[in-house]
Amino acid sequence: MNLTINGVETSIESGPLTSLLNVLREELGITSPKVGCEQGGCGSCTVLVDGEPRRSCLTPAASVDGAEITTVEGLGSPEHMSPVQQAFTHHYAAQCGFCTSGMMMATQAYIEGGGTDDREAIQHALGGHVCRCTGYVKIIDAVAAVARGESFDPNVTAAGTAMTNLGGMA
Amino acid sequence: MASEVLMPSSPSEAVSLFGDGAATTVIGGGTVVMPEITYGRLTPNRVLLLSNAGLDTVSVDGDTITVGATTRIDALGELGIAGLSACASNVADGEIRSQATVGGNICVGQGHEAPRGDLQGALLALDATVRSTGPDGENAEPLEEFLPHRHGRLVLDVSFARPAASAFAALEYPHTHEYTVLAVSGARSTDGTIRLAATGVAGPAARLRSAEAASSDPAAAGDAAVGDVTFADDALASAWYRAQTLPVLVRRVLTRLEESA
Repeated sequence: MNLTINGVETSIESGPLTSLLNVLREELGITSPKVGCEQGGCGSCTVLVDGEPRRSCLTPAASVDGAEITTVEGLGSPEHMSPVQQAFTHHYAAQCGFCTSGMMMATQAYIEGGGTDDREAIQHALGGHVCRCTGYVKIIDAVAAVARGESFDPNVTAAGTAMTNLGGMA
Repeated sequence: MASEVLMPSSPSEAVSLFGDGAATTVIGGGTVVMPEITYGRLTPNRVLLLSNAGLDTVSVDGDTITVGATTRIDALGELGIAGLSACASNVADGEIRSQATVGGNICVGQGHEAPRGDLQGALLALDATVRSTGPDGENAEPLEEFLPHRHGRLVLDVSFARPAASAFAALEYPHTHEYTVLAVSGARSTDGTIRLAATGVAGPAARLRSAEAASSDPAAAGDAAVGDVTFADDALASAWYRAQTLPVLVRRVLTRLEESA
């Protein structure tokens, strides 16, 4: 099997029913998709499959043979964060950070699909993603800011505090 | 881990590879089967993976709509049938709806401490016909007859006539995960027949025939519906609570059907 992961064509050795989540984490060492509930209920493993947000824990590897996979690693680097990553850091939309990867991939798909800053639409788009720190207000703030095309100094949060360890900027 | 994974590239190849279905696990979107494998509840020997089987066609012929087995649940919202759209959009969340398949949702067995098969009720109300293949070959039968023996068969498609009116009402239950705890679907066909069905009762979805017979009086129909089903007692709701709620949902659906007359 072959996957194009974050723009790099990659040959896959895992078995056909191995979840895409395990292919990414265990075979390829791409650890932004998180192992949460592993039954499709939490959204922490969401990646983009040909641009569409998919729960990687529910996706057999063979079913996406030949697909383009995008993870947080493909959005941007700590030095060159994507607009979604900048907005999440600026708006302090990560608390423990476990749900953040999935939230950002769902956000990326929402924005690429022409999503607006309508909070109800954002809630709907991110409806499959659970933040157990319950930091939803800041997450929605961040998504709305990206939808409005706002740009930020990624070294400073919306609260005015300097970024130290959120985006690897320290 | 599976010893054999088969990936048919056409509907006819899917039928041929499924054969009599013995010891074969079918994976459509993966949303039901993958957790079973992950959690070690299922160790399949022979898997039919339908990703490329070409069973995802939706066709409209006059008033008859045919939905292929691996059609994604979110595609049902595009058919312009109010009750079916509402039922489909009540399933899980958008990411799951764009991965999970109609056939999988029809065939799924009882969940672990939660009901499953959200679409069964809406499709029963539409008097849907299921075309499937199995040990005795291919056949087409009403969904109600298909449900009891659904586990041994491969669904090919589901067809139904566009109703004159349709409606859906569900018990809204705040929970981390989006389950259909209890829901009622109703449809009035073009000949005026009203069909009602409940999802989230014990076992698969079931027609509410006593309620249908009393449908001209929504309150009486709601009370009658309680006798049509057995209520599940699970982690999401007690049987008692479901029994209190079903009449309310039946009344709402019948009222909505009346309003759309």
